Amino acid sequence: MKLKLTTLALGALMMAGPAMADLVFPDLSYRTGPYAAGGIPFSDGYNDYFTLINERDGGIGGVKARVVECETGYNTEKGVECYESTKGEGALVYQPLSTGITYQLIPKATADGIPMHTMGYGRTSAANGKVFSNVFNYPANYWDGASGVVNYLLEENAGDIKGKKLALVYHNSAYGKEPIRTLEELSKKHGFELSLLPVDHPGQEQKSQWLQIRRDRPDYVVMWGWGVMNQVGVQEAANIRFPMENFIGVWWSGAEHDVIPAGAKADGYKAITFHNVGRDFPVFDDVQTYVVDKGLAAGAGDQIGNVLYNRGFYAAMLAVEAAKKAQEIHGVADIDAGMMRDGMEALEITQELMTELGMPSFGPSFSVSCENHGGPGLVGMTQWDADTQTWSMISGFNPTDVDVIGALVAEDSASYAAEANIEERCN
Amino acid sequence: MFYREAGDFKLSYVEDSQTFPIRFDRYRYFAVLAVAYGVIPFFVNDYWANAILLPFLIYAIAAIGLNILVGYCGQVSLGTGGFMAVGAYACYKLMTAFPDVSMFIHVLLAGGITALICVLFGLPSLRIKGFYLAVATLAAQFFLVWLFNRVPWFYNYSASGQINAPEREVFGIIVTGPNAPAWATYMFCLIFVTFCAVVARNLTRGTQGRTWMAIRDMDIAAEIIGVSPLKAKMTAFAVSGFFVGISGALFFSVYLGAVEVGEAFGINKSFLVLFMVIIGGLGSIFGSFAGAAFLVLLPVVLKVVGVDMLGWPTDIVAHFQLVIVGALIVTFLILEPHGLAQLWRVAKEKLRLWPFPH
Repeated sequence: MKLKLTTLALGALMMAGPAMADLVFPDLSYRTGPYAAGGIPFSDGYNDYFTLINERDGGIGGVKARVVECETGYNTEKGVECYESTKGEGALVYQPLSTGITYQLIPKATADGIPMHTMGYGRTSAANGKVFSNVFNYPANYWDGASGVVNYLLEENAGDIKGKKLALVYHNSAYGKEPIRTLEELSKKHGFELSLLPVDHPGQEQKSQWLQIRRDRPDYVVMWGWGVMNQVGVQEAANIRFPMENFIGVWWSGAEHDVIPAGAKADGYKAITFHNVGRDFPVFDDVQTYVVDKGLAAGAGDQIGNVLYNRGFYAAMLAVEAAKKAQEIHGVADIDAGMMRDGMEALEITQELMTELGMPSFGPSFSVSCENHGGPGLVGMTQWDADTQTWSMISGFNPTDVDVIGALVAEDSASYAAEANIEERCN
Repeated sequence: MFYREAGDFKLSYVEDSQTFPIRFDRYRYFAVLAVAYGVIPFFVNDYWANAILLPFLIYAIAAIGLNILVGYCGQVSLGTGGFMAVGAYACYKLMTAFPDVSMFIHVLLAGGITALICVLFGLPSLRIKGFYLAVATLAAQFFLVWLFNRVPWFYNYSASGQINAPEREVFGIIVTGPNAPAWATYMFCLIFVTFCAVVARNLTRGTQGRTWMAIRDMDIAAEIIGVSPLKAKMTAFAVSGFFVGISGALFFSVYLGAVEVGEAFGINKSFLVLFMVIIGGLGSIFGSFAGAAFLVLLPVVLKVVGVDMLGWPTDIVAHFQLVIVGALIVTFLILEPHGLAQLWRVAKEKLRLWPFPH
């Protein structure tokens, strides 16, 4: 706390210095409330990457990046307040880390010409760039996640999951409801039985859902949870002795703090992911040298390598690369939100680039285009090892069911376009 | 000196029974209206409208509505969030079903629909009172949220269960959706606030308000002198529901634009509005405004002071917010159990005697 105060005081001093033109990246974080356990590491990773870029490279193309943090508490009303109060500072891209706030901001940000990057959350059909001009959700979205889980199960069962029972335990909100459509389509296609078990906000009360699981004995349980719901879900599964290797979480239900409370019983729990885990990347040495050792870390500096820290870090990396792309396209260092949008639309992430950044195979390689704002949707599987207290990738980044997802994206985005009177772009 | 009845001669019964008998109050009231209608719309920007003014105005309507029920009629309700959700979903269904109709009509109709639902859930109040009624309305809260989550017809079968406000107009001016100018959304809400406040004020100081207060103060005595409890309680639920429904409709369509029922209209909302009424002052229209201002503006002010001016970490400020708002609520209720409205009343009494208190 004291360290944090001093660093912040330092930050305030530096901010009070000569006001240079800088690139503003708002961070709508939540470090309080029932979802803080996930919000804190993500925000730390997001902040630390920008600090690293400023300290090591002197900014993006010579212009310093400035992160404006605003606390939303995962609350949509505060999210709106944060958006309005930060957009005037020249915000380049918004990453609210909340599906509810994302839904709120999609029309507002589009009207204001500011891009949004909702990586692995938000409105899935925003992958259709023809309709959603300013919203990006590369490299993967919820429906890729759902399809990735099913593909993994197919692989495990030698391509046949007919008659298997799959239960979805989900957060009863826009976020948790997102995968249902895809899973329903896939259950038709592959012939598995799907049962839906909603859990109400904030998710501490799951006794009845797990009782039902105990009674129905599904072969697999998939969890779409966030915040405190994850810990409780894993604990409940352990309590009814549900085999952990058959329990799969979405990427928001697969971090260290979700499984550690259940102790050894959580061993073998799986989660789907769209980026790599662990701290064996050369870039984290730089973070240690340039950020943590200098006392500039956003948090206590102990979260490096945490799944969600890595995700925030990855989000910031993609933002910085998009900003560089924008500088390259427009030939100016001091870009605005519209240019940033162009940069995001032309973003291309290759293995060489990631290696160069000290993050070899941190995520899948992909490229964004005017039509496709969602990337290729490659997802991998991770598994928790309770002995070593680590997550590790147990598969590569595999493709998902593009036919099913593509049709659903087209359908949902068409209905949005009709509702909001949007003409298709990119023609 | 300037704040007193003396010298302000009333020449007719109408003048004698006006809302603000003291001349200074009257001028102040018109000055506030003039600033609200004539000055603010020209200066308001997106931040002021969306972060401060709209929530304040909308919560003020909700607080007036709840104040009629709790403060004037004495019927405790914990279902405000659910009733706001009824207003929001009614407004959404109307907006999408009849896109060419003016938003004014949609919002008023949404209020009317909520009034009906509110009366329905108010029926138990004829048999039960106090804490038991609170539990009955709590059931309404949970049932309504569950209903809007459960039945896809209410959210037009959208994938996520969210409702989104499409762009709608009033006399050719866009008031909902992302392209609505700040002044238009502000004016739209302001007109409803003025309408609701004037209606509420005049209802509560007339026959209707007196029957409500009679029921509140002692229902058996009121019944003996000829007040019908059925009529009094049902009208209180209806009027309260109408206002709460309007606030819910505005909250969804003008302020947030996209709503998820569990998050936006959960039990927390019911408590928030109830706290506004209690802190502002039970049985006072001014108190509803004061309570709404207190609970909407204070967190924003604390955030601006803590984060933007002092540069503290956002999480520490967020925690301090809880501590400070909580401490202030406790302090206020200890020092003045009748809320901010009572402080205002005491101040007015003092002002009447000033500068010669003896």
